[in-house]
Amino acid sequence: MPAHNPILRSPRRRSVLPGFGMSAAITSLMITALVIVPLAVLALRAASLGPTDFLAAAWTPRARAAYAVSLGASLTAAIISSVCGLLVAWVLVRIDFPGRRLLDALVDVPLALPTAVAGLVYSTLYVERGWLGRYLVPLGIHGAYSWLGIVLVLVFVSLPFAIRVVQPVLESLDRDSEEAARMLGASRVQTFLQVIFPAIFPAVLTGFALALARALGEYGSVVFISGNMPFKTEIAPVLIVSRLEEFAYAEATAIAVVLLGMSVSLLVIVNWLQQRVARNSQ
Amino acid sequence: MSIHVRGISKAFGTFQALDNVSLDVPQGTLLALLGPSGSGKTTLLRIIAGLEWPDSGRIEEDGADITDRHARQREVGFVFQHYALFRHMSVFENIAFGLRVRKTPKPEVEAKVNELLHLVRLDGLGGRKPAQLSGGQRQRVALARALAIRPKILLLDEPFGALDAKVRVELRQWLRQLHDEIGMTSVFVTHDQEEAFELADEVVVMNHGRIEQRGTPDEVFEHPATPFVMDFLGNVNLFHGRVEKGQAFWHGIPIDYPDYPHSQARPARVYLRPHELEIARASADQPDRRAASSAAVAGSLPASVLRIARSGAIARVSCRPDGSDTELHVDLPVETARDMSLQPGERVTITPRKVRVFLPDPEYVI
Repeated sequence: MPAHNPILRSPRRRSVLPGFGMSAAITSLMITALVIVPLAVLALRAASLGPTDFLAAAWTPRARAAYAVSLGASLTAAIISSVCGLLVAWVLVRIDFPGRRLLDALVDVPLALPTAVAGLVYSTLYVERGWLGRYLVPLGIHGAYSWLGIVLVLVFVSLPFAIRVVQPVLESLDRDSEEAARMLGASRVQTFLQVIFPAIFPAVLTGFALALARALGEYGSVVFISGNMPFKTEIAPVLIVSRLEEFAYAEATAIAVVLLGMSVSLLVIVNWLQQRVARNSQ
Repeated sequence: MSIHVRGISKAFGTFQALDNVSLDVPQGTLLALLGPSGSGKTTLLRIIAGLEWPDSGRIEEDGADITDRHARQREVGFVFQHYALFRHMSVFENIAFGLRVRKTPKPEVEAKVNELLHLVRLDGLGGRKPAQLSGGQRQRVALARALAIRPKILLLDEPFGALDAKVRVELRQWLRQLHDEIGMTSVFVTHDQEEAFELADEVVVMNHGRIEQRGTPDEVFEHPATPFVMDFLGNVNLFHGRVEKGQAFWHGIPIDYPDYPHSQARPARVYLRPHELEIARASADQPDRRAASSAAVAGSLPASVLRIARSGAIARVSCRPDGSDTELHVDLPVETARDMSLQPGERVTITPRKVRVFLPDPEYVI
């Protein structure tokens, strides 16, 4: 008999946002279509190999070297981005200087620029006869076709994330507690390390995780600057593409699965850390 | 330690926050800076603390010029309006902060913090995070933290502003006790006159970056020096009268005003406090009442009762004096009001016991 549930229809149950059912459906549909299905296909393709073939494809010395380069360069870039991002965010939030708004807008450029363009520009700058390379290469600094070059472009693409995550947190930071620290006799360094940094550390970690994720997945810029020398400057995404070009689809998939597994584990670890820190600072 | 503020001025852009302010705070005084927002009271406090720099003027402590001394070198305790506790630290760590940055040995830190926790009646709560405390407890942590460095001066910015009424009153009395026990010089900022009068030895009323009046709570309350102070203290009937030949007139009632002996009449502001008015039924004992009233004021005013409202122990009778559009409020003890049982529309006479007259400042005249 009851065509409608009186509890569900009572006005008290209504949330501000209309239609929980609708939004839940859209959310799960999007996640399924955009994330879960492609990942499932990836896993299925890899599963078709069988464990021995999988290992043979995904754990070759060349692949292992590529994972190492990917992880090492991405971690380095994410750390550099987090530190520099914090500095840039600090300058943007705390210091009023002419051109601040312009600089603020420029921060997002790496997100909009095709990363391949960035890779090309960087490599032309840092090669031996390039504008910067002609001074740096004699000093032994090889910014192009090197591991350093990979890190450079990865910092370029991941820096906006590190900045944009920390910036709002810095803006909302309670200035009173800094003054309180000063009144209690803390030096600037003590105030930063003991009062400001703990408050923004969760955001710095989030920025680090995003920068890391961005760097691990980057392909377009690295392919132009790294030189893609196997065992030296070949990152895993580049290796995947070269496997694809050899029509070795299954191998490509296997490497992709390993790369995915590493990225996910890293992100899970950082997330867990971030939550712990956030809970601690409540 | 005494504080001497000498001719401090401070502007924020075009806004003159402090205009040549001088103030002495003797050792051991609990002084209130009272004023509306924008009056410069917080700026003055922050300049004394070293959190803000004056454009001109000097700050001295016991005669030593400390104007150029950093906040961290001034040995001043500061309590912020919104506590400003370090959220990621426990209560213990918060209180220990000032000692730790001074590299105090660990056992000493522990002993001192526990002593302070006891002093602010938060024994056993050292392990809590500020978020787990009530507003009043947080403010006490902030106070303990400020006291940990053994400041010679304690400055408090609206210390009870963010607390609810009951906690505010409790904490106020407790702070007064604490001040007396420790015996340091304290200055606090407030916009709440009740708070200032109840807590402070001396009250400094500020307006537009200047000091309007300074005195004990009684002096300020009984003898407001300027119309601003009178207005700011609030709860007052304001009428516009005139003054000539040493007398002010309010609805025909003469009030002595010897400061203005000139024969040319000038407009004046007449202030009557609701509790300094007497009310009586128009018919019966009017002559007796008049005899009982103050010598300075002779005469009473016929009026009709508009309404009676009770608030706490006071009943407020609103009347309209004959020939006036302005309402006049009279405060009576509830018992008196009950005995009189006045009704709206009744005829009464009102006799002021005390009247304050101010000539408008020349600068206010347009």
